[in-house]
Amino acid sequence: MNEKVNAIINKYNGDKGQLVSILQDIQTEYYYLPKEALIQVSETIGIPASRIYDVATFFRAFSLEPRGKHLINVCLGTACHVRGAARILEEIERNLAIKRAETTKDRKFTLETVNCMGCCAVGPAVKIDGEYFGHMSSDKVDNVLTKFE
Amino acid sequence: MSANTNEMPNKLCSKQDLEALQKELINGRKSDRVFISVCNGTACHPYGCAQLIETFKQEISQQDLGNKAELRITGCHGLCEKGPIVVIQPGDIFYQQVKLEDVPEILRETISKGNIIDRLLHTDPTTGSKIVHRHEIPFYRKQKRNILGNNVEINPTRIEDYIAIGGYTALAKALFEMTPEQIIEQIKRSGLRGRGGAGFPTGTKWESCRHAPGDIKYVIVNADEGDPGAYANEGLLSGNPHSVLEGLIIGAYAIGANQGYVYVRNEYPLALANITTALNQAQQLGLLGENILGSRFDLNVSITRGGGAFVCGESTALMASLEGKVGEPRAKYVHTVEKGLWDRPSDLNNVETWANVPVIINKGADWYRTLGTDSSKGTKIFSLVGKISNTGLVEVPMGITLREIIYDIGGGIRGGKKFKAVQTGGPSGGCLPEKFLDLPVDFDELTKAGSMMGSGGMIVMDETTCMVDIAKYFLTFLEEESCGKCVPCREGIKRMRQILNDITEGKGGEEDIDLLEQLSATLVDSSLCALGSTAPNPVITTIRYFRDEYEAHIKEKRCPAGVCKALISYYIIKEKCPGCGLCVKACPQDAITFIGKKKPVALDESKCIKCGACYDVCKLGAVGRK
Amino acid sequence: MVTLTINGREVKAEKGQTILQVAREIGIDIPTLCHNEALEPYGACRLCIVEVSKGKRTEIVTSCLYPVEEGLEVKTDSPRVISNRKMILELLLARCSKNKVIQRLASQMGIEQPSFKSEYLEDNDCIVCGLCVRACEQVVGVSAISLVNRGITKEPASPFLEPAADCIGCGSCYYICPTGAIKMEDRKDTRIIYNWKVEFKLKKCKVCGNYWAPEKQLDYIKKKWNLPEDFFDICPTCK
Repeated sequence: MNEKVNAIINKYNGDKGQLVSILQDIQTEYYYLPKEALIQVSETIGIPASRIYDVATFFRAFSLEPRGKHLINVCLGTACHVRGAARILEEIERNLAIKRAETTKDRKFTLETVNCMGCCAVGPAVKIDGEYFGHMSSDKVDNVLTKFE
Repeated sequence: MSANTNEMPNKLCSKQDLEALQKELINGRKSDRVFISVCNGTACHPYGCAQLIETFKQEISQQDLGNKAELRITGCHGLCEKGPIVVIQPGDIFYQQVKLEDVPEILRETISKGNIIDRLLHTDPTTGSKIVHRHEIPFYRKQKRNILGNNVEINPTRIEDYIAIGGYTALAKALFEMTPEQIIEQIKRSGLRGRGGAGFPTGTKWESCRHAPGDIKYVIVNADEGDPGAYANEGLLSGNPHSVLEGLIIGAYAIGANQGYVYVRNEYPLALANITTALNQAQQLGLLGENILGSRFDLNVSITRGGGAFVCGESTALMASLEGKVGEPRAKYVHTVEKGLWDRPSDLNNVETWANVPVIINKGADWYRTLGTDSSKGTKIFSLVGKISNTGLVEVPMGITLREIIYDIGGGIRGGKKFKAVQTGGPSGGCLPEKFLDLPVDFDELTKAGSMMGSGGMIVMDETTCMVDIAKYFLTFLEEESCGKCVPCREGIKRMRQILNDITEGKGGEEDIDLLEQLSATLVDSSLCALGSTAPNPVITTIRYFRDEYEAHIKEKRCPAGVCKALISYYIIKEKCPGCGLCVKACPQDAITFIGKKKPVALDESKCIKCGACYDVCKLGAVGRK
Repeated sequence: MVTLTINGREVKAEKGQTILQVAREIGIDIPTLCHNEALEPYGACRLCIVEVSKGKRTEIVTSCLYPVEEGLEVKTDSPRVISNRKMILELLLARCSKNKVIQRLASQMGIEQPSFKSEYLEDNDCIVCGLCVRACEQVVGVSAISLVNRGITKEPASPFLEPAADCIGCGSCYYICPTGAIKMEDRKDTRIIYNWKVEFKLKKCKVCGNYWAPEKQLDYIKKKWNLPEDFFDICPTCK
């Protein structure tokens, strides 16, 4: 981990102003922000750990817990909302027995919400990993979820 | 030089170099080739446009049309409702909802023989007749796609395409034929106002930044389009990133900044990818970096991703985030044009604002002023979404009425339902009812009515939208997005949301509306930033224009639109139910059961969780909601 | 120098001063919660808001941050200011309904009963004023804690919610907290700051035998100011 994190820090020249970008690259690499990685950033760049932790907990992009294999993003943007997105979210929560921002016990799915992905034309929209599912309705949820191993 | 080459042209070291390249590229386009523009915008991805593009590539090769046809992978075409979209030039032929199976036929018939395929054409909703040409489609007719229109002409990942349509001409003009003061004068004269929401005069902002003391200044592109339901910036940044970049370089030159930042929302991977490519290409060609086009002006631009925080669309929060800190706004008693990023003079403008700059420089402020109203010049891009027939990205002249946008362009309410309200300005805006349909869309008019322009979301609502629920929705959103620094916003939004929650659950009381109004007044007056001070807008406007709905929820414990779960119940309309059992299968709680063959099913209300699955799945209208 | 009026009184002030500074100099009381003279003004509690007018424009601003200007007209207790302050206190009271400091302030503002439903009243002590975090960063210089999370769950905390590794136990956070939300205890030879899950061994004075300050804090000061190793062996009282 040491080397990978160092490589990321070097990519941004250890610039304190690029902390959010550094954390994003770490998140992309490990699917979450491991505590060890953050401590390493703190020690290498010279930012107090408290200042990294506050950034890590402020932005929704970051997760301090390991995420599931598949990331579900349910769009709760206004356009999707008026087309019934809340019901889609509820149905997924019920189906997987987790609430938003949680991960299933078998680490298969993490459920997140997003406020507008730009797919308003096909709302309510759900994105799983890189795949978009438009015109969702509660009865389609199970079919969509079973597509993912 | 073939337009399909992957080799970048040589670095441009002068205005003449640019002109020469442009001439060469324009000639390259003047072939008798047919151009097939396929939309690869984010909104078309759920339709499988990526596969469609691959299919086109394969078929062009298979039918040996490589010399005759050229595939152009473009950004958003605008009529997202009808995607995937294919536009064929010459001829401006518009094909919609194109399937993979249609591709061979399109190539065989339209490309090779010039025959039109009727079933792929857009149908005029009033006359029922088919329309061949894009510009004749009602959706496009009333628009003025001065900025977005170029999306169809270019592949956003090819700088050559942008130069071929005149790109970077404005930059050359600005660098070699104008002084920074003259540029600022043009922008001021044009009347351009910030397209990010507040509508501050751009020229004045640039001027203040130029005059602010300090040698190091910054220019910033705010691409953190956080309003839920707004993707206008996305369509522009991913579809024509160079237009934004060109505007940024001109602005930097005018202000005297040598460092720029593009802050892209984390949830826009396509826009991020395309602006990154654009930046690298511009750098390679000498249009960015040191000694741009030999002008001795330097500008370095870096790209930063947002971290998923709506509040970072606020300029001081965005700058804090650029400094590696949490996105907390600060008081703006000293403006950011004087002390912004790293306490240095910083000019921050929205994506669309920047994209308007090359147009103004090229065509002049006087030309720009011919469009729009007295107070709002030019055009505005909106993402027209919600209960509208033609969902998509529209660009209209300021001053057009809401009615024209919603009915003439938008095709009216989908499913033949009745218009109820239109929401602009995102969570900072307001919901305007029917009586405002003839309101001209303009910064000041929208503000007067209680809403605001915002960055471009325009959400249409119909009779099935509960306005109390909408107010609750926006407050729930803002409660999560509040940075939490100041008391009024952090605590006040939560209390307002709790009250609205109670109202939607039938637990509201008479005093609740008063309390909501008092809280609203405090948030407006004493919040630290605009997130807090505009948070009450959806509440204030829905109380003002839809008070009867609040009263129905409070006094009668009834939700007229049939949305608030605690106040509705589902039931089977026996006369319409043939007992097919679709709803039985759909019900997650086994609350619906068969009674007998070909008999209507039975719904047990005690088990019903009001998820609406049965209502959604029944095609016979046999599930009722009251 | 600039001339402005505060509550009708003309006053001369130096450029760069804030309205709050000037008001206090002339004996006008403006309530604050997140303000401390040793720290940069923060503008979070919003209690210090005042009404300012420049020509025709009037706005509500925080006096702790707003710089004085020539010709500014300031009202520190107008009806608009009072009604805003009252609601701010109502919101704090709803959050910290059992906290004595907030209860007292609320009662001073004339709030007898909270306007919010009793089932939604909370029992916090922390008002997220940030004083603890800011003192730790700006005065002490260790930044052992920070304001974590966003929005309604924002709170001061130690990194990873584990014992704050950089904390030196000086207790500045405890002393500066306006509502007593920080729990610190000196128990014989140990200091415990419960909020940051830390414990410190206290230094024993060679003369009087009292335990008087955390060893870690004294080590930090010695290192920072290059003091001799035995500098703190005798407590300040005995010295």
